[in-house]
Amino acid sequence: MGIDNQDNLLIVSSSPHLHGENTVSTAMRDVLLALIPALIASLYFFGLAAAKVVLTCVLVAILSEVLAQKIMKREVTVDDSSAVVTGLLLAFCLPATIPWWMAAVGAMVAIIIGKQMFGGLGNNIFNPALVGRAVLVASWPVAMTSWVTPLDGVTTATPLGMLKQGLAAEQLPSLGQLFLGNVGGSLGETCAVALLLGAIYLLYKGHIDWRTPVSYLGTVFLLTAIVGAFKGAGLWYPLYHLLTGGLILGAFFMATDWVTSPLTKKGKLIFGLGCGFLTVLIRLQGGYPEGVCYSILLMNMVTPLIDRYTKPRVFGGVSKNA
Amino acid sequence: MNTSTFKGGIHLPGYKEGTEGLPIVPASIPDKVYLPIAQHIGAPCLPLVEVGDEVKKGQKIAAGKGFVTAPIHASVSGRVVAIEKKQHPGGNFVNCIVIENNGQEEWADTVKPHLQPGDLSAEEIRNIIFEAGIVGLGGAAFPAHVKYAPVEGKKADCIILNGVECEPYITADHRLMVEKAERIVAGLRYILKGTNCEQGIIAIEENKPDAIALLKKVVAADKHIRVQALQVKYPQGSEKHLIYACTQREVPVGGLPLDVGVIVNNVGTAVAIADAVEFGIPLIERVVTLSGNGIKNPANYLVRIGTLFSHLIAESGGYTGEIEKIIAGGLMMGKAVYTANIPVIKGSSGIVILKKTESKKEREYNCVRCGKCIEACPLFLEPTTLVKLAKRGLWEETAQNNVLSCIECGSCVYVCPAQIPLVQYIRRAKQAINVAKAKARAKAKSEGGKE
Repeated sequence: MGIDNQDNLLIVSSSPHLHGENTVSTAMRDVLLALIPALIASLYFFGLAAAKVVLTCVLVAILSEVLAQKIMKREVTVDDSSAVVTGLLLAFCLPATIPWWMAAVGAMVAIIIGKQMFGGLGNNIFNPALVGRAVLVASWPVAMTSWVTPLDGVTTATPLGMLKQGLAAEQLPSLGQLFLGNVGGSLGETCAVALLLGAIYLLYKGHIDWRTPVSYLGTVFLLTAIVGAFKGAGLWYPLYHLLTGGLILGAFFMATDWVTSPLTKKGKLIFGLGCGFLTVLIRLQGGYPEGVCYSILLMNMVTPLIDRYTKPRVFGGVSKNA
Repeated sequence: MNTSTFKGGIHLPGYKEGTEGLPIVPASIPDKVYLPIAQHIGAPCLPLVEVGDEVKKGQKIAAGKGFVTAPIHASVSGRVVAIEKKQHPGGNFVNCIVIENNGQEEWADTVKPHLQPGDLSAEEIRNIIFEAGIVGLGGAAFPAHVKYAPVEGKKADCIILNGVECEPYITADHRLMVEKAERIVAGLRYILKGTNCEQGIIAIEENKPDAIALLKKVVAADKHIRVQALQVKYPQGSEKHLIYACTQREVPVGGLPLDVGVIVNNVGTAVAIADAVEFGIPLIERVVTLSGNGIKNPANYLVRIGTLFSHLIAESGGYTGEIEKIIAGGLMMGKAVYTANIPVIKGSSGIVILKKTESKKEREYNCVRCGKCIEACPLFLEPTTLVKLAKRGLWEETAQNNVLSCIECGSCVYVCPAQIPLVQYIRRAKQAINVAKAKARAKAKSEGGKE
């Protein structure tokens, strides 16, 4: 072949001519990898029931995505794995005892209404998995709040529920139990240690920013510590709030969702702060024992506003906020 | 080691192993050289010679009108055989003076050494630099004398020599620093004198420890010049970021380095200036790195301006196989050209050849709002926001979001997981804004003329 390339067509694309390894697909696969420890924990604690819910959610999420994109005459992008992530996250915030068809409805709502109707991945305003969960809670409140104990499957309440009922500290599951996940609750949210393992991986890979979970958890800790001090409950009280409910799952895997959280570092701090405040408000003053889901959805709503007021100052320009 | 840097930016693979250890070798002198009349920023030159004229090496063969321009000199001795439109590394067709080399290597009479270079005044030095056709050799090719000219109300207190070379594959400046450290420092001293400046800084990334050590030794006794080691980060070589890393001064939006009292030059430019001031030699050759995974024998060449890429590629043994891209410049900011039949010009720092890749091209996803482009942007812009506006043709809004500040370094594209060609959209927006501005100016001018 000649050097002047008369017969070899060269590519003349715009610079840069070098690209990093990360793509949306590889990032989604990393998120799935990060969720595996929590998945194993949920299978261990809740057994076949958990497997049934997870499988239903993931399969229905995939099918809904393909179906919706076909009907809307869009390119089918299910191979980017984002639907699998949504399905898995939704399953993680459902009780293991939920009938399979309810889980299926949740997954359909999450993908079709939560994601595709807004224009697909990148255009959705709300975290799709949380949209699915919110619709299920509103539609079948009893099924969505029937909990069983791990391993033996006896009907129970969640630690947060017990706390709300006003049970004394001695009657509640211990902090150690909470850390390992040996308590009642949604199937993927109970085992803090497994979730943290996945979170560390995502932080290491740079897929999530530490600011969101740190400001989220920090705010919850601070506010509940103040409330705890008034109750005379001490350090135990805020730690209990950190480890119960869907807080760890929400703070590391849902509030950090790229699409529905703010773009800038400062925005991420504000986002976490707002989530933390709303979560404590709902837990202590609201009708539900848990507030992670709604607080993130509410903060999703103000994300464009946060973006607008946290624009970075251009290099060599004057600060607009100063 | 005391190192500094700037905020934002990315870490890139260097790919410099292939050539960083290879000494600069003179490339063979071609039978014909192609000298475009526009090799710099500013007014293009007009030929001073006609077809059939005999020219000598170093003879001025084209010059432009006005102040912001740089004359062009014959890089070989021989006969002008054509003045015609040829492909230019910039992508368009530009008038070229084609000289057939007679192999005599005869110097023009105008090329005379200055016997007492130490006695030259600042103005004389600046004039020699202008007459030698010296432009910034880092790539932008901005005429050097324009940077040095005194500006009312602005005073430079610091000259920075840019030896960062943050583009992957390119090692031309690295080799120059290792092989011609003394000449670089000599050039810097003339620049200091030509600008009445007190302080000179030679800035080098930490990944070139040999160059840092050597230059430190050369300037050890000079209290006006220091060597500044910088962290390895892209785009450290960007003028604004280099100034910030060395002096913590921020060039204002739309401003020039002189606004913060700094003038930046490439290390190669300093060598060219030393040669012009001492020996009277105009800019007729430069160091070019020819590298990439598509070239058989990567090398650092000393090349006569006007040598065709294809000549150098042949000298390096040709391609390794089927190739995909020929890039004039570096991987991050260079231009992919469509032919190897284009000449090396004053601003050509490197040629990178990429071979055909087997991996399928990833598709462009929707923006997933990960914010990585914002973290990477060294100008603290929001590339994703700019692109969303640009996609809808909202040019004015992109201007409000400082799109004109973008230096097109490509950091955002490198990190984007959605594989969006952000820089391409940003260029489109910048072009639309500049066209609108030019139209507004023309309109104002014509209306002013009627009155």
